[in-house]
Amino acid sequence: MATATLPARDAKLYKPEVPPDWCPGCGDYGVLTVLQRACGELGIPNERLMVISGIGCSSNLPGFFRSYGMHSLHGRSLPVATGAKMANHEMTVIACGGDGDGYGIGQGHFIHAMRRNVNLTYIVMDNEIYGLTTGQTSPTSESGMKTKSTPFGNPEGQLNPIALALAAGCGFVGRGFSGDINHLKSLYTQAIQYPGFALIDVFSPCVTFNKQNTFGWFKERVYKLEDKGHDATNWNAAMDRSKEWGAQIPIGLFYKNPNPKPSIDAADPALQGEGLAKAKKLGLTVEQRKKLIQEYV
Amino acid sequence: MENEMIVGIGGAAGDGGASTGDNLAQTCSRLGLHVYVYTSYQSLIRGGHSWIRLRISPQKKHNVGDQVGAMIALNQDAMDRHLQELTHGGICVYNGDKVKPGKAPEGAQLCPLPVFELAGKDALPIMQNTVALGALTQLLGLEFSALSSVFEHTFAKKPQVVKLNVDAAKAGYDFAAKTYKQIPHPLRKTDAQLAMVHGNNVLAMGAANAGCKVYCAYPMSPASGILHWMGAHGPSLGICVRQVEDEIGVANMTIGAGQMGVRAMCATSGGGFALMTEAIGMAGIMETPVVMINVMRGGPSTGLPTKHEQGDLNQAIGASQGDFPRIIMAPISVADCYDTMEEAFNLAEKYQCPVIVLSDLLMSEGRFSIETSHLDREFKIDRGEMIFEDDGKPKSYYRYKDTPDGISPRAIPGVPNHLYVSATDEHDEDGVLISDVFTDPVIRKKMVDKRARKMQGVVADYAKKLKLEGPENADVTLVTYGSTWGVATEAVERLNKEGVKANALSFKYLLPFQEKEAQAILGKAKKIVVVELNKSGQFARHLRAEAGITAHAHIRKYDGEPMEPKHVVAGVKEVLKGKEVVEVQSLEPGWRTPHPPGPGVLSTTSTH
Ligand SMILES: Cc1ncc(C[n+]2csc(CCOP(=O)(O)OP(=O)(O)O)c2C)c(N)n1
Ligand code: SF4
Ligand SMILES: [Mg+2]
Repeated sequence: MATATLPARDAKLYKPEVPPDWCPGCGDYGVLTVLQRACGELGIPNERLMVISGIGCSSNLPGFFRSYGMHSLHGRSLPVATGAKMANHEMTVIACGGDGDGYGIGQGHFIHAMRRNVNLTYIVMDNEIYGLTTGQTSPTSESGMKTKSTPFGNPEGQLNPIALALAAGCGFVGRGFSGDINHLKSLYTQAIQYPGFALIDVFSPCVTFNKQNTFGWFKERVYKLEDKGHDATNWNAAMDRSKEWGAQIPIGLFYKNPNPKPSIDAADPALQGEGLAKAKKLGLTVEQRKKLIQEYV
Repeated sequence: MENEMIVGIGGAAGDGGASTGDNLAQTCSRLGLHVYVYTSYQSLIRGGHSWIRLRISPQKKHNVGDQVGAMIALNQDAMDRHLQELTHGGICVYNGDKVKPGKAPEGAQLCPLPVFELAGKDALPIMQNTVALGALTQLLGLEFSALSSVFEHTFAKKPQVVKLNVDAAKAGYDFAAKTYKQIPHPLRKTDAQLAMVHGNNVLAMGAANAGCKVYCAYPMSPASGILHWMGAHGPSLGICVRQVEDEIGVANMTIGAGQMGVRAMCATSGGGFALMTEAIGMAGIMETPVVMINVMRGGPSTGLPTKHEQGDLNQAIGASQGDFPRIIMAPISVADCYDTMEEAFNLAEKYQCPVIVLSDLLMSEGRFSIETSHLDREFKIDRGEMIFEDDGKPKSYYRYKDTPDGISPRAIPGVPNHLYVSATDEHDEDGVLISDVFTDPVIRKKMVDKRARKMQGVVADYAKKLKLEGPENADVTLVTYGSTWGVATEAVERLNKEGVKANALSFKYLLPFQEKEAQAILGKAKKIVVVELNKSGQFARHLRAEAGITAHAHIRKYDGEPMEPKHVVAGVKEVLKGKEVVEVQSLEPGWRTPHPPGPGVLSTTSTH
């Protein structure tokens, strides 16, 4: 997609009339602001953008972003986004949602969307909790964490979305922090320009229901991969870094496939011309019909 | 019934019975003879038993018929099971070197073939089928050139294979000519130009002809044929085809595509449809046009993966939480499957709602002759109110504008100055959520009303009006929906011949229901008998709920096998004796258990 060559636009152009209604201080504000700036920097016209979410606090984002959008079902942003991309591959498609949405109920789609390699950007606002349903444990909640559904501590293991994405063949795997806006913006612009499926897991603290993984907690722990000389073209190195969790937690670009195969939409024989949704004449031609009927006589 | 013939081909899965049946069907259709094929098979890849029935006739038939007049027994099991089903004057063709004859019913002719001698000692075992097919072709009175042309077509790229088959078939044909008697009324060709199709082929080709651009599916019998067709033809026809990780993904992907502005479709069977249900509500509230096919099979749960039933009507009506409009239709024949696709996409886009198409195993996996002219037709495309371009005039565009007919013009994403977000939360005319506000009963009611109001025009748009078939003032009126039409109409003909004045009314459109038309017609009926393939009478209940019409009696079948005219005729007679619910059943000896297991019965690979 030739978005990089467009003149930059004002980030305000992506702000709608409706102001976000997240709790004051919610990490998702940063995620939204950065997305508006990144799209401005890339100069993508509003009408060329399709932002698609699932359900959750974080999934309210499309309503607070000026573009075309879908606020779909809990866990289903990725198949919906895949369908949208197939229907008009000329659009820039961004899927987004929460950790529960993407790694819990939608986890099957998550793995397959990466394997399938659709050209879209997936932003997960990872707050290690179910926010909208008022604070139950999530797949990324730490073991032992006390939540409403686990008042005696989370007995289950914690999912590692970075390692999972790498294993599933995702060609662009990044992690950001809503508390570091400029760093996050660069991840977004790279992800949107990447010609395949790009995951950005964003630490986006829930100030209301997650009293454990707070802004302060992350600030103390996160370090940037870029500062440690990490080679993002090295899959094994990325896998090693993905295991780090505790006193030191890496953010930044874990992996970017240096030789990506064409994405599924780029390779699909039906998607070689203009977007399918633009077709004016529908239905089989006389020749196509005759040829098909010939198979059955 | 003169001049018609029902042929049965029995063998184990993997014996090549399917291709023998296909070749016979194709031979007949090339001769302008109509064919209706139904295969009873087990959910096994190899082994077990499969029984292919082909009803061949110069006139078009709409059901499998009652009794077999000719059969090929590909193994001993088929001989043992089915020989007794032959009509008087029937014939049984089999490999005399391998299969021992049973005791033929009176008047039936046993036709063993010396296959080793005819095909040569070194011939592949599958050649017994070809020899038998050649012999049968002769005994039915069919022209050999039609059969050989089918081999030429099938193996176009392998001339040696063509020769092998033609030689073996000719040996069987010549042997039969000098050894056995032809059937009493040999089949004669007609001028009809026919194609042999599976219902699934027709649904898929119909979708392509209606401009479907994105097709998504997860394999599930008996709907997989649509996916296979799309997989084979999509790339050259400009249709994007995706096999998705599960049916939840399928439905959501299809709706994502529909929302983006293409005609999109998915298909599955009942189990997959159950997984799609939450997404159907999404299409309802986001007002996304989408066509979803449910090819019904025996349920519940995994049920009978390879058997026929009409048990998913309740599911289609009740799919997804909440109260929102949808359109449901059930094509009544393979020809109607084609027309249904034209209508389904037009209505989905015009009314911006999900359209559910209920096919069934009988229609989707059955093979039928169809006039090529029926398929060779340009569809009328009506996309409803859509905005493809910005006219440059300043405006405030509301995606969900509350209009008199409830239909809001739909801008295709990508058009400048028409931005909107479609949400599954309740929203206002501009698409802004009202679910998060303190409360907004006024807007909530307005939006529910707007969506419901869209359905007011649908019934008037239906291509087919309700029409009684058969004499006007009948004593019995048979009422069906979907593919059961085919058996009811023939039963009506027979009943009238036997002196029972009967007619039939068949429903294709299930929601919105043709309530007024149904009341006008059935209000005059003396005895309403609903004929359907399920236990609880789902359609009878629907008729009562939608039109306030309570049937007087019911004929039901739910044993997995399709209904035959004889079942309906017998059922009506029971009804006339005063019975309210008649449950009919296939009782041919070959279909009963316990029966001797076939050679491959231990195989466990299943097809669902
Ligand atoms: C099928 C279904 N199950 C459950 C829910 C209830 N639900 C809504 S949001 C949510 C979890 C939200 O967590 P997450 O995705 O992490 O988003 P957050 O609110 O934390 O941003 C749940 C369980 C639903 N809407 N749909
Ligand atoms: S509950 Fe948590 S995630 Fe939801 S808006 Fe409030 S702070 Fe954000
Ligand atoms: Mg969360």
